[in-house]
Order: sequence, then structure tokens, then C-alpha cells
Amino acid sequence: MTDAVLATHGLSRSFGALRATNEVSIDLRPGEIHAIIGPNGAGKSTLIAQICGGLAPDAGRVEFLGRDVTGWDVAARARAGLARTFQVSALATEDSVLQNVLLGALGAGGSPWRFLRPALSDRDLRDRAEAALTRVGLQDQAALRVSELSHGQRRQLEVAVALTLSPRAFVMDEPMAGLGAEGSAQLTAFLDGLRAEAPILLVEHDMDAVFALADRITVLVYGRIIETGTVDEIRASPAVRDAYLGGAA
Amino acid sequence: MIREAYVNMAVLALLLIVPVWAQMTGEPFTITLATRAVIFALAAVGLNVALGLGGMVSLGHAVFFGIGGYAMGILAFHAQTFTPVMTWPADVPGTKSMPIIWLVAMLTSGLAALAIGALSLRTAGVYFIMITLAFGQMAYFFTISWPTYGGEDGLSIYVRNGFPGLNTLAPMPFFAICFTLLCLVLLFVALLARSPFGLALNAARQSPARVQTVGLDPQRLKLVAFVISGVITGLAGALFADLNRFVSPTMFSWQMSGEIMVFVILGGVARLCGPVVGAVVFVALEHILGDLSDYWHIWLGALLLVIVLFARGGIVGLLAGRARAHD
Ligand SMILES: Nc1ncnc2c1ncn2[C@@H]1O[C@H](COP(=O)(O)OP(=O)(O)O)[C@@H](O)[C@H]1O
Ligand SMILES: [Mg+2]
Repeated sequence: MTDAVLATHGLSRSFGALRATNEVSIDLRPGEIHAIIGPNGAGKSTLIAQICGGLAPDAGRVEFLGRDVTGWDVAARARAGLARTFQVSALATEDSVLQNVLLGALGAGGSPWRFLRPALSDRDLRDRAEAALTRVGLQDQAALRVSELSHGQRRQLEVAVALTLSPRAFVMDEPMAGLGAEGSAQLTAFLDGLRAEAPILLVEHDMDAVFALADRITVLVYGRIIETGTVDEIRASPAVRDAYLGGAA
Repeated sequence: MIREAYVNMAVLALLLIVPVWAQMTGEPFTITLATRAVIFALAAVGLNVALGLGGMVSLGHAVFFGIGGYAMGILAFHAQTFTPVMTWPADVPGTKSMPIIWLVAMLTSGLAALAIGALSLRTAGVYFIMITLAFGQMAYFFTISWPTYGGEDGLSIYVRNGFPGLNTLAPMPFFAICFTLLCLVLLFVALLARSPFGLALNAARQSPARVQTVGLDPQRLKLVAFVISGVITGLAGALFADLNRFVSPTMFSWQMSGEIMVFVILGGVARLCGPVVGAVVFVALEHILGDLSDYWHIWLGALLLVIVLFARGGIVGLLAGRARAHD
């Protein structure tokens, strides 16, 4: 598995007696969408936090682009090309849509240690920011405040900020949450095309989206991987059916 | 934004017209009052960089105000007593030159802000407030117990410091100096707020996690903002000392920190000229109500309460409406 873009090896993390992440080893290969599914409280967000650097694991390693990044902080991993979207939008809500993507462009390609010239008049930043907005279809909302956006538009903006980073891998925590059928379908089509740019580690509850998109699926239950496989393998797995999908799948 | 620009212009015009009018009608004390308002405004513009842009509630900005004041006091004291400030590692004489004093005031308050900020920013919320307050109290008691420079009694400087080509002893030229510095600093802060740094700092205030995920360090952004903030307030301190020709530990007191905070909240947090409006209103109330009653702070308190409860954008917010995200 030397060609994996992103990998964890035996990642473990407890909160008191609760083993929220239990010996988790997963990898993300070029060009793929690797979905992580599991019931609420399975430890998906906790796993994402360790992969992105916000939470230190008790044991295990995180590798990104062949380097051990376990000791790196969030910002360092982001600079190395790891782009993350949040389950609960973490945007600058008083700022405009354009300012939020400009921030992404600034992190990716500019220096924040410039104090006099307006950020909006920096052509490079602005081109990069506007291109990302156009890709998610938010170009007409550029001047709105984030607080004026609908929930779905905020989800789109989360993705747009990640795009400005031109990342080597995406990590997305429930990007479809609260989108509704039409929004989910749109984002599904978008992510489908995005995997060619950079592989996506996708935590998602929306099973239609997962089955439509995933090259591989990992099922997490009580912090532990119970199965990793293709869509068909997961659908057919008795263990998964028992533990998670129930009779529905 | 457009309306706010008018409000800003009106405030600055008023600040300019009042002393000019006072000059013509021969009321030098009004010029001194206006100068006091301008200097307080400058101190509060400094705090507003930390508080408004960076979201750092500092109750210790009197430290920088005081350091600026004592930078002036110490340099001028040695100049008027013809003694060196220090003899090791080199002979450093005192000075009566404003530009040099300003530079020293800005440098020393900037260094203090770097140290205090680096320690305080390890905490957040109410702990940040308490730790900045604690640094203020430390500085206050330190100067009280430092007899070389007057201890509790403070230091008197007999002649106002000089500025090349101007008679700083007259009220009007000194007002002009302070007003010009305020305008320059306001221009700088206006640019700063729109700059890449300002953009990142704004986001760091609202969502540190977001700033990290684009590869930037929110704490470092805040620290730099805290230093810029301290430098501006330190400059104001040096001017305040020159206005009074006197420095004392009260410049370091927590009441001073509180007043600087009141200017900002009264006028409008994160609004460019909010601190200016706040300082002008404060000095006007202090003068008018202070003549009527020793307990004028009660009325100030009532006004503050009304502002905080009903006008979160301060007086500028009331006049100009909500700030636009960008123009
Ligand atoms: N900071 C924390 N402190 C204590 N328990 C936590 C913390 N974060 C998550 N947990 C617990 O860890 C488990 C996994 O949570 P989470 O990763 O959010 O699950 P998921 O995203 O799969 O719904 C849950 O039982 C949750 O209550
Ligand atoms: Mg979750």
C-alpha cells in the first residue's frame, strides 16, 4: 500500500473508558472515494479529527504523502495539502462568502503578513477564490454574508474553501448533512468529478450517496472497523448487515 | 459603509473645528480638552485592533498606555536633569525630542505586548481578561515602588517636549500633532482591516478552526494584532504624558484600562471611528457633567448600559447602521 495518499496505522483514542477509536487502519488511494459509514457515535468524527490533526491519538500513526504526520498540527497538515470540511460548518459567518474563500486562497497561496494592500485587490487570491466559488455554483452569492446563506449554501461554501487549497486529499465529514434530496444529488455529482483531482475520504450518512460514489467503504462500529470493501461486498456482508444496515440494505 | 464614512468624516471634522474655533475665540482650555479626547481616541483605536478585529478582550491596555507615558517621562526626566538613562552597555542620554520619544514608546510597549500577549493568548475567555488585568496590576505596583522615577508621586516634566519646526508649548500646535497622528493611525487601521492580515485575523476571531484548516496559525495572527494594538496605545501614552507634562502610576491603573475599554464599547467595537466617538463623548460628558456633579460616572454608567443593551454597534452603529462585510 505504498501508493496510498493518506493512511492510518493502528490509530486508537479513548475518552475515559470509552474507546472512541480502536486500532483503526485505513488508507486512501489516488483517484478514489473511500467512504466511512457507521451509526451515530461510532467514532467517525473522532477519527477525522485525528487524521486532520485536531486531536492527538493515544496510539498509532497517520501518514500523508508518504510522511509520518502524526505530530503535525492542523495548519501544517493543511499546508501539506490535506483539505477538510466540517460536519458543522466552521465558517466566518460575519464575513462575506467571497472573504471566506479568499481566506482559503490566502492560506494556500499567499502570505497573511501583508498589512496595507486590500486583500480584495490581490488578483491572484481573487482569481483563485472566485474560481472555487464558480465551481460550487456560489458565484452569485459572493457578496452575501455567510449568515445570510441557506444551510445548503453553507455546505457548498465549505467545499469551495477546501477547493481553494488545491489539496492532495479531501477529508469530508458529512457534507450532505441537511441538504435535502436535490442538494444531495447535486453534491453527489460534484464529488463524483472531484475524485479525479484528489481522492476523498468521505464520512457520510446518506446511503444513496455513499453507494453511488464510493470505490470502497469502511464500516466503523464502536470505534472499530468491522469491514472494508467495495459497495457490493459491503452490501453482501452479513456482519455489516447485522451491525449496521439492518434489514434495509 | 457609505454612511459610516460620513459619520467618520463628521466626527473628525468636529474634532478639528472645535479647537480651531476655540483658538479664534481665545479658549485654550477647550483645545486642551480636544487634545485629551484625541489622545484617548488614539489609545482606544489601539485597543480596538485587539478587541474589535482580534476578539481579544484585554483589560490590561493601561500597561501600554503607561509604558508609553513612562518612556516619555524617563527620557525627558534624564534630559532635564542632564543625567544618562543608562551607562551600560553604552551611554544613553535622555531626550526632549518627541519623534525619538514616540519611537521608544512604541518599541517598548510593542515588546511588552509581545511578552504579555504570548503568555495571555495561552488562555481564552474570562481567563484572558483576568491575566491581562493581572499584568496591568503588576505594572501599576511596580511603578509605585520604583523610587527613581517618583514612585507613587509620579514624575513632573517642566517643559513640553519638542517637535522640529513647531512650538509645542502652545496648545494648538500640540493638538495638531496629536490629531495628525490619530488620522495617520486611523488610515493605517483602515488599511489593516482590509489587508490579507486583517482578513485572516477577522476569521481567526470568528472561527479559529477554519483558519487552521486553511493552513494558518490563528494564535500567531492574534499575537501580531496584540502587538500592533499595544504599539498604538503606547504611542497614545507618550502623548498623554506630554499633554499633562506629568506621568504617574495611575496611567497603569485598571481604571485606565477600563476607561479605554469604555471608549471602544461606547463608540462601537470593531468600527473604525468607534473609539474616536467614544472618547469624544466621554471627554465631553466628563467636562459637562463633571461640572454639575462629582458623581457624573453614574450618568456615564447609565449611558453605557443603554448602549450595551440597545445598541450593540455602539454610537457609530446607531448612526451608521450595521457594518457591511465588504464594499
Ligand atoms: N471530546 C470528547 N470527550 C468525550 N467523549 C467524546 C468526545 N468526542 C467524542 N466523544 C464520544 O466518542 C464517541 C464517538 O463520537 P463521534 O466521533 O462524534 O461519532 P460519530 O461522528 O461517528 O457520530 C461518542 O460516544 C462521543 O460521545
Ligand atoms: Mg460525526
